[in-house]
Parts: sequence; structure tokens; C-alpha cells
Amino acid sequence: MSDILLQVEDLRTSFFTRAGEVKAVDGVSFYVREGETFGIVGESACGKTVTGLSILRLLPEPAGRIVGGKIILDGTNLLELSKKEMRAYRGRMISMILQDPMTSLNPVYTIGNQIAESVRLHQKLQDDMVEDEVISALRLLRIPAPEQRLNDYPFQMSGGMRQRVVGSIAMSCRPRLLIADEPTTALDATIQAQYLALFKDIQKQTDVGIIFITHDFGVIASMCHRVAVMYAGKIMETAATSTIFKAPQHPYTTALINSVPRLDRKDDRLYSIEGQPPSLLNLPPGCRFAPRCPDVMEICHAQQPPEVKISDGHSVSCWKVK
Amino acid sequence: MQETVSENEIIVEPVVGGMTRRARIVRRLTFIIPVTILSLIVLIAIFAPLLAPFDPVKISLTDRLLPPFFAEGGSTEHFMGTDKLGRDVLSRLIFGARISLSVSLLVILITSTIGTTLGIIGGYLGGRTEALLMRITDISLSFPAILVAMLLVVSMGPSFTTVVLAVSLLGWAPYARLIRGETLKLREADFVAQARIIGSSSIRIMLRHIFPNIVNPLIIIMTLQIGLLILVEASLSFLGVGIPPPAPSWGNMVNDGRNLIDIAWWISTFPGIAIGLVVLSGNFLGDWLRDKLDPRLRQI
Amino acid sequence: MTDILLEGRDLTKHYPVTKGLLQRTIGYVRAIDGISFTIEKGKTLSLVGESGAGKTTTAKAVLLLEKLTSGSILFEGKDLQRFSRSQLKTEYRPRVQSVQQNPWSSMNPRMRVRDIIAEPLVVNTKQTKQQIRSRVLELLEQVGLAPSHVDYYPHEFSGGQRQRIAVARALALNPSLVVLDEPVSALDVSIRAQIMNLLKDLQDQYNLSYLVIAHNLATVRFMSHSVAIMYLGQIVEYGEAEELFEWPLHPYTRALMSASILTLPEDEDQEIEQIILSGEMPSPLNPPAGCRFHTRCPEAWDKCSKVEPEVKEVGRQRVKCHLYD
Repeated sequence: MSDILLQVEDLRTSFFTRAGEVKAVDGVSFYVREGETFGIVGESACGKTVTGLSILRLLPEPAGRIVGGKIILDGTNLLELSKKEMRAYRGRMISMILQDPMTSLNPVYTIGNQIAESVRLHQKLQDDMVEDEVISALRLLRIPAPEQRLNDYPFQMSGGMRQRVVGSIAMSCRPRLLIADEPTTALDATIQAQYLALFKDIQKQTDVGIIFITHDFGVIASMCHRVAVMYAGKIMETAATSTIFKAPQHPYTTALINSVPRLDRKDDRLYSIEGQPPSLLNLPPGCRFAPRCPDVMEICHAQQPPEVKISDGHSVSCWKVK
Repeated sequence: MQETVSENEIIVEPVVGGMTRRARIVRRLTFIIPVTILSLIVLIAIFAPLLAPFDPVKISLTDRLLPPFFAEGGSTEHFMGTDKLGRDVLSRLIFGARISLSVSLLVILITSTIGTTLGIIGGYLGGRTEALLMRITDISLSFPAILVAMLLVVSMGPSFTTVVLAVSLLGWAPYARLIRGETLKLREADFVAQARIIGSSSIRIMLRHIFPNIVNPLIIIMTLQIGLLILVEASLSFLGVGIPPPAPSWGNMVNDGRNLIDIAWWISTFPGIAIGLVVLSGNFLGDWLRDKLDPRLRQI
Repeated sequence: MTDILLEGRDLTKHYPVTKGLLQRTIGYVRAIDGISFTIEKGKTLSLVGESGAGKTTTAKAVLLLEKLTSGSILFEGKDLQRFSRSQLKTEYRPRVQSVQQNPWSSMNPRMRVRDIIAEPLVVNTKQTKQQIRSRVLELLEQVGLAPSHVDYYPHEFSGGQRQRIAVARALALNPSLVVLDEPVSALDVSIRAQIMNLLKDLQDQYNLSYLVIAHNLATVRFMSHSVAIMYLGQIVEYGEAEELFEWPLHPYTRALMSASILTLPEDEDQEIEQIILSGEMPSPLNPPAGCRFHTRCPEAWDKCSKVEPEVKEVGRQRVKCHLYD
């Protein structure tokens, strides 16, 4: 097995608002290996995006702050770096792809220009070598006839192409870790399939570790080796993908997977979870999922369950599991 | 394809949490101060007869060109001094507030009503109606407003009514432009399509769905116009086609004292300050409203 | 057949593209081109496809939000073109309502929930305030909301709750057909199930017909009785949902299904087909000659780029593909 690339320990990130402290991420721990895709799945406001932003230390200031924990990339704790050092890491060691290709690219610059910007920031190369790097990045993302596309503007390209350009920018300096936040949600199904297949190839080629943030279980199934299921700022369960689908232990995981309609069979009724996710300003004292849990017990309301390691690589936070 | 949104969509929007206490206090003040100033001026205008110590048009040639009380030769009897006809400047300032503000507010009312109506109708109905209304608007906007106002006042003879009408004549066009723009955006909104699906008539949609949603930008413009119109009135007076004497308006007061600046600075200065205060307050208030009334303001 | 509520025959909508000062027409965006389908009473037809396929245009045509270039819509056997304007307003519109995709923009932010739900009644009936109010409360209960919610504004509700309000509004006039444009794609996963269950329950209770626009095949399978797969303005496959999903005929249908099925990493080597299409959907301004799908089709051969396939019946399904000539 390859080495551990990223280790996140007890990460806590909060937003300080007029109404109080919003604990967006409250004690999250996981690791990602080289060449591995780690998925973080959950519904909105579960903290998955904030986790990604925290790793890059790109939280909106001054309201958002990392208040605790460690983020260790290749031996270095990112939270101990100065702002300048962190900037050197961004783009070079860690990169991020966001959901909306329309707003990720600057409409007034050519795509060649935008990819070159990333290259120039992190590598000291001469101009013609920069252009080579740009073309190489475009090729990596399988953009046809890259030399001719250098002077294209984003509006001249389709959504799928634009997302590939975004991918080129992200991969231009061959980062060690790539954080992808719902990169395919805005794409059509067949384009999404292309894009995911492409990233699997890129991963094989470059050994990049990928954190894939999504709400879509289909994407998790086809892309990720291991998955963490998040709810209201905490990880409920972490396991290998096939384990999550075949033998989930946490009631939330089970309920979530069951409530997704299946294409391979006809259901008469969908399993639905009662109620709504809690407000992050007003969290229940015990397990966050207790108010909606079909298997809830007394203790669940009173105390938060500890993380329990069931087997190698499979851990759950649930009182049902000892 | 849509992004999923949470059952608690309020969450990651650290809107005002990051403001320091000082910043928040300053922000509050940028609302309280202008509102106080404007309210005071409105009250002064309303209660003018009770507040003014003298009759503003009463001439007293023995008391000509008296300086204000704090200058040499002044007395507290004429707080702000007198003008070249011996009329008390303070009293004229107070009554001037009445006239200047009335012009301003009346014009705002007339122009906003006409402009908004035309803007909504043109923007919503589109096609030839819109094209026609927009051409008329363009024509109106291309005329030099002050010049036309001058011509009108001169041809109709100067009076309060004439001034109001003249300024209103070209003042509705900016409203029409802006409101039409807002209407165009709203026309494509999902809930407007929904209203059509339900079978609502165009009139109902314009009144019930479009208008309530353009109220915000409308209020902002109206507020910003307060100061602007006082200046317009002052400019017309400066050019000699404003509110005719002996009635005092801040504009014609500034005009009166123009040639006497070196010997009797107070005649132009006090109304000048008053104009400045109203313009500043109106602008600050308008800016504050623009920040506050922007959509998607969620309360956490 | 008296079971058919609405029928679309050869619906076509072309948008002219103009250029220059004199607005010369230089081409047409062929949004939909000869779409035919039927919706039965009490059943759901789903239009499936990716963006640019023409499903929204079709829905808009049914909702009278767009005028067709050619083709006709028959409602209960009668051609809509033979309805007078007032007949459309009193006999068609109230019976064909809609729930939109985005629960945030589909409601006037300045209106309270009670007015939002009441509006269809206010515009179309002469009921008294009392009658309307009690109907509004009845509808709220039907969609699972509390009567106390009636005085709130839309922004005070969550996405799922807003969709429920939208459903209540759609039901106000007792419609026969509800057009649902991606009704759950903007909602959280655990809420989607709630809303989909609700829609199914209401369909059973009121014998409602649904025209569902969706891109998610699993949602479609759950909700639909019949399915039309659309590509670049045409229906490429059409049939009963169960048959279509068990035996997809058209290569595009198969590619869509492959992109949508949950395939775990270890399943990849098994029989489950992983079909990855190349390229992207061409522009509807200039659809490819012959079969519109041939540029991306893994099974295409030279006939496909020259001759447009006709619609063939294979069993009870209809498919537009040379593989079935």
C-alpha cells in the first residue's frame, strides 16, 4: 500500500457570526494515501466543503477560522505555516477544483493565460517553456488540439470543456493532492462519466491523491476507494467504498443509501428520513443524528458517541456499535 | 443541473459576523445621522411659521446687511444676519426649507410615478410598446435638462408650479430606464412564469408580482434624488429662472448673495451649507438603503 | 382512446437566429423537431435527456409558455389550436399546472404562503375569502405542512418545504395534469425521497397525470409509467418505463444508463457495461446530418451519417435507430 499523503486530525472550523458560533466542522479526522481517491459524502451544510477549504486555508475571513486540529501533508502541519508559505503550497502541492465552471474561470482572459498564471506563480521557467507546460496540462486533461486552444476564451467553450480547463489549471503544477468539490454536479450525465474516467486515468499517471467532495453516491461508487460520510459537522462513518455500500454500520449511512432511488430495480416507495438536519447554531447535545435516527437509544441524546474502529480502515461513531 | 441546497440554507454565510464593534457603530451612524438631519429639516419646514422669528419677506431698509450674531456688528436679534433688503436670513432660511423641500418632494413624486409606470409597462409588455416607450425615454434623456427647464419657465412665466412642472418634465426618464431594466430581469423569473401558468392577466402580474419587487431600487433612487433636486432648483435660481422673489428658496438666496460675497458672505453661505447638508444626508441615506435593501439578506 | 389525457403530435419549435442591423435570419435553433407522445390519465410520462435535448421546450409548449412552430397538442382529444383564448384560460390552463425546479425563485418573495397558494383560486374562481382560506389550509395539510405556516414568507422555509408549497399551489385548481420540471434536483438527498413519495401519494389519491422533466434516470424509474429519451430535439426511444429500463434499445439510452448506475470499483470488470461517449452534444443550430446521435454513437456506421432513421416499433417500444431497421 502506498504512503499516507495527508493526515487530518481533529479538525475544527467555525464561523463566528452575529448569531453565534457556527461549528461547521467539529472534530474531523481522516487520512488520504498517495494515488488514492478519498470521498467525502454528505448533504449540504454537513461541513464537507468547509473541510476542503480548511485544508487549503481558504476560509472567508474574518468570520471563518480554523480553531483546532492538525492538517499534516507529507510531514508538514499546514496549520503551522505562515501565510506566505501556505501560498507556495497552494497550486503547487495542493490544488482545488470547484463546482461551477462558469465562475471558476475569468471571462476576460484566455485559457492559455489562466493556466500560465498558475505555472508562472510556482515555477521559474522561461516564456517558451511556460507555454510547453500549459500545452502539457491541456493534454493531460485530453483537450483536443491544445495548441490551437491557447487563445480561446471561456465563453467559446462548452461546460464540459471549461471544467477540463479548470482541471488543467489545477493539475498544471502536478500537485500531490487535489481537492475536487462537486466538480461534476453541473455537468450532464454523459459528460460527467467522461470526466470521471479521465480523472481516474490522470490519477494513475500522476499518483495524485484526490479528495472528492460530493452528495452523489453514484459518483462515490465509481470514483472513490474510501469514503467518509459526514453529517452536521462530524464524520459518522469511514470505510472502503464497497463496505459502505454493502455493509454500512451507521444508521445515517444506511438511511441515506436507502433513500436514493435505484436504477437497477423498481421501488414502490422510497425510504425517507424524517425531519431535517439540525441548525449548526443549535446542535443537539448528544449524537447529531439522534433526533432523526430510526435506531436511537437513550444514550444517544445525552452523549456524543466516540469513534470506534471496527476493522482496518472502517470506523464508525455510533452507540449501536461497540 | 442544480446544486443541492440545505434544509438550513442560512448556514455558511458569515454576513456580518466579522465586523468589529467599531465598524458596526460607524455603520449605524451612517444611518442615524442623515435621518436625523433630514427629519429635522422636514420638521423645520413644516413648522416654519412657528419657528421663524421674522416675516421672511418683510423688508427693512434700516437693517440692511447686518452680519450674523457671532460676527462684529451682529446681534442675536438677527441670528444669521440680514440680506440687502433687510430681510432676516434665518427666517428666510426656514421658509426656504419649505419651498426647496416641497419642490424636491413633489418632483420626486411626479417623476417616480410616471417613470415607474412607463418602465414597468414597457419592460413587461415588450415588443412595440417597449420600443416606443424607450425611444421616448431616450429622447427625453438626450435633452439638456436645465436648458429645457429654463425655456419652459421663461415661456410660462416663473412660479412655483412652473418650476415643478419644468423639472418634472425631464426628470422621469432615468426612472423609466432603471425600472424597465429591473422589470426585464423579473419578467424572466420563475414566479412570473408561474403566475402566467395560473392564468394571471398581465396587469395583475405587473401590479402584484413585478411592482413589489422593484420597490427596493425605486426607494434608493428616490432617496438619492432628494439632494439632486435641491441642487437643480438652486441651479435654476442661479440662472435667474427659479422660484421668483420675494419667496425665499435656498437657491435664490444663494443667488441673491452672489455679488455680495465679499462684503456680506452670510447671505449665500448659510443657504449653501443647508443645501450641502441635505445633499450629503440624502446621499448617505441612499447608500445605506442600497446596502440594506439588497436582496438575499438572510438573518442568522 | 379515452384514457389519453394529452397528446403531442409532431411538436416542433425552431427559434430564429438573427444577425445584423436588419435582423436577417441566418439560421434556426431547432429546439424540438417532431416530438410525439401521449400522457394517460393518472399516469406519469417522463422526458429524459441532457441539457439541450429539448425537454424544457416541450414542457413550456404544453404550458402554453411557448408557441409551437408546427405540430399540435391535443387535450382530451381536442386540438388546442381550436380552443379560443378564453377557452384556453377557463378550460385548459386551470387543468394543467406546474411545479418548477427551483424552489427559491418560483415564488414571489414578497407574498405570504397563503397568498401564493390562494392565487390560482383568486385569479380563476369567484370563491369567497372564507372558501379560499379553508381550501388553502386543506392543501397545506395534504402536502404535509402545518396550518400555522400559512402566514410566513417563502424565505422562512427550507427547500423541501418550499417545494411542498409549490405542490400545494399546483393542486389548488384540481388539475388533471401537473408538469414537474426537475422537481427534486435542487433538494438534499434525504429530502428528495420525502417529496417523491408525496408526489406518488398525491397521484394515487387524485388520479393525477404527471409530465416529469428529469435528467436523473433513477428518479425517472421511480416516478414514471412511460419514458421518452430525448437527444438534440428528438425522441430517440419511447416506451413503458419498466421495459425501457430492462431492455434499453437505443445506444444513447444505454450510455445514459451506464453513466447513472451505481457501479462499485470491483464491479468494473464484470458484465456491467461502462459506456463512455466521446465528444459532446452538438449545437441545435446545426444538428448532424443523418442520425443526430451518430457523432457520438459507439455503434455508428456510414448509413448513420447519411440517412435519418425512422421511428420503428420494437415490441411495445419505439426507437429511432438504424440498428433496428
